[in-house]
Amino acid sequence: MADFEPKIVAFVCNWCTYAGADLTGTSRIKYATNVRIIRFPCTGRIDYMLLLKAFDEGADGIIVSGCHPNDCHYTSGNFHARRRWIMFRELCDFVGIDINRVLFSWVSAAEGSKWADVVNTTVTRIRELGPYTEYQKVAKHPIREVTNG
Amino acid sequence: MSKIGVFVCHCGENISATVDCVKVAETAAGYDGVVYSIDYKYMCSDPGQSLIKSAIAEKGLTGVVVASCSPRMHEPTFRKACAEAGLNPYMCEMANLREHCSWVHEKGDATTEKAIDLVRILVEKVKKNHSLNAIKVPVTKTALVIGGGIAGIQASLDIANSGHKVILIERDPSIGGHMSQLSETFPTLDCSQCILTPRMVEVAQHENITLYTYAELESLEGFVGNFKAKIRRKSKSLDEKICTGCGQCTTKCPVKKIPSEFNEGLGKRTAIYVPFPQAVPNKPVIDRVNCTYYIKGKCKVCEIVCPTKAIRFDQEDTIVEAEVGAIVVATGFTVKQPDFFPEYGFGKYPDVITGLQFERLASASGPTLGEIRRPSDGKVPEKIVFIACAGSRDPAKGIPYCSKICCMYIAKHAMLYQHKVHGGKSYVFYMDIRAGGKMYEEFVRRAIEDDGVNYIRGRVSRIYEKNGKLIVKGADTLLGAMPVDIDADMVVLATAGIANEGSEELAQKLHTSYDSYHFFSEAHPKLKPVETNTAGIFLAGACQSPKDIPESVAMASGAAVKVACLFSQDELTREPLIAVVNRQAAPVFSSCVGCFLCVSACPYQAIEKEEIKNRTGEVIRTIAKVNPGLCQGCGTCVAFCRTKSIDIQGYTHEEMYSEVMALLNEY
Repeated sequence: MADFEPKIVAFVCNWCTYAGADLTGTSRIKYATNVRIIRFPCTGRIDYMLLLKAFDEGADGIIVSGCHPNDCHYTSGNFHARRRWIMFRELCDFVGIDINRVLFSWVSAAEGSKWADVVNTTVTRIRELGPYTEYQKVAKHPIREVTNG
Repeated sequence: MSKIGVFVCHCGENISATVDCVKVAETAAGYDGVVYSIDYKYMCSDPGQSLIKSAIAEKGLTGVVVASCSPRMHEPTFRKACAEAGLNPYMCEMANLREHCSWVHEKGDATTEKAIDLVRILVEKVKKNHSLNAIKVPVTKTALVIGGGIAGIQASLDIANSGHKVILIERDPSIGGHMSQLSETFPTLDCSQCILTPRMVEVAQHENITLYTYAELESLEGFVGNFKAKIRRKSKSLDEKICTGCGQCTTKCPVKKIPSEFNEGLGKRTAIYVPFPQAVPNKPVIDRVNCTYYIKGKCKVCEIVCPTKAIRFDQEDTIVEAEVGAIVVATGFTVKQPDFFPEYGFGKYPDVITGLQFERLASASGPTLGEIRRPSDGKVPEKIVFIACAGSRDPAKGIPYCSKICCMYIAKHAMLYQHKVHGGKSYVFYMDIRAGGKMYEEFVRRAIEDDGVNYIRGRVSRIYEKNGKLIVKGADTLLGAMPVDIDADMVVLATAGIANEGSEELAQKLHTSYDSYHFFSEAHPKLKPVETNTAGIFLAGACQSPKDIPESVAMASGAAVKVACLFSQDELTREPLIAVVNRQAAPVFSSCVGCFLCVSACPYQAIEKEEIKNRTGEVIRTIAKVNPGLCQGCGTCVAFCRTKSIDIQGYTHEEMYSEVMALLNEY
């Protein structure tokens, strides 16, 4: 397991976490290379089917991150995301998806070092958990056919 | 068939030092649909942009991916370049190889692989992108300025003088802010009030400025050019139109022992009060927390003595609704208060005061009429100690930053003290003297050389009282950390400048970001210092970080120019990244089933119900419709929609799923 490099997808909002990750860069704080960021206007936009899609395509871990409560650029998008996350967690747990593979966090535009921490923590955690092969047992690939269409 | 061009930027060495840019460009050239791929030293430079433009023209590109810095930095640059070459600007995407890759990883294969992945994600996205056209919206040519300190005053006057209407709101009963509290200003030692009050009067009399004092922003809706602000005018318990400002009520009010905010607690005021003699407007307000009538239900002395019968005990707060096109935030700062320095005895010893309190003591309009007298017994202090960096530059106290103004005002305080108390001795404990600015260093030298202020480089560990003296225990680090004990009569702390009370809530109302110290964040630290990340909202003065008067004024004028530029247009263009409900041919019309979950999700009330009628005018379907003027493009409705009938331009389902799939397929 030592040379296992986890594939982690980060779904982040444009206004807080994306800008926060920019600040990590401007501050030259180093972190693990395993995470790829996908930018959304707001965490409220994140359809959680995308998370399942990411697992289906072979992601080992996922980060969802947006503005802190009350700081949403669009007032309430992050509250919707949080509410949906609570539902999604329950659902994942019920169908047998390991919820430890999804990290939900708030990183503001001023928290460059927190973003590095979030990434490093997630990479360490996913490294310990190992490659996510069990998902295939859960999914049996129905999702790929549906969403490709 | 897509024809995508990939342009990989070295950003000098910022990207190429850790990412193999040549390999990124070569790999991208092999992707399906990519017809052109190249790396270049500076993509944002003129030749770099020409490279993109000529490739669009020669290769007939249908999409462009620029792999360089953050899109938050240069997306407008490259989109504009594409538009100039005839490609729809929304067919241009940026892969963030600098902030998200080269700057945060070491040189190596993994870093280059990540860069390749980031490019591939955007190549797949841009294939699914659609041409979009900017939305045009009208501009309300009225500005709202929040905060009536020197920055707010300057911004209001500049905007008003450019011919536009301004609404200036101030939380306190008078405009003037911290500057009105100051005695003299550095480096010229001219009287603060003397240069400020003419400006305050000008604000009150300007035909383009509507001034609401004792008012706060209640809520804000809308977007650049089209904001709707609700302003809460707190009840002054007074009919301002009738009040003549004669001052009978304030002299007769029996509640006389309330610590005056204006005098930083060193003087007293009445329950009905005007904060200071030159206040604008010079009309009183009743402080309901301390007024006997509001506490016990009787008194009404002010009502009895008022010659014009202007007192209104039953007056309620009013909400004013205003349509404004731009907002200038100029809410200023405050200074760190007691219990923060237990080792300095602040709050315990009355003669340990803050710099702002010293300003009031030195001010001719202050509680001692400008004589330096200590608060405890009114004696003139023979020895005075100034402590710089009280809180500032102290990570242990949670304030790692420099408050910037203290070095200068300490030199000024010490100088004023020497001028007013002949034969007095003054000491300054400092870490470094930061006197950058025109005539600033000379000013500090003057304090040391001409006025004989003793500067000691070192920190103070403790202050305690002994035989009526304040013993200041410090060290002189220039003499090998030799201990220095001074038996002072008074100690002045240059307390850290911090974000103003309520700035976090205000930022949340305005939907702008703030930094970890709760100061408002500018859009770019160097090139957009007065803009925020929210279009149409600008910053002026110390709400962004502590700054002195000339800087605040310059920033306010800068913000005013930005507002004037905005108002010089009759129509604004807005990004078309908004939600749309799909429409199809009859008899389907739309896949929307009319559940209207989106209506409840939308924070902007931008989704309406649209009735589809047949030829006889009968309603056959009711579906959702997005008002493009109101939609801000958050996409919350998109995630809510059960039938995936609503989609957000620029972040469509197709685009986002392509990104996820592109990312993982070769990862």
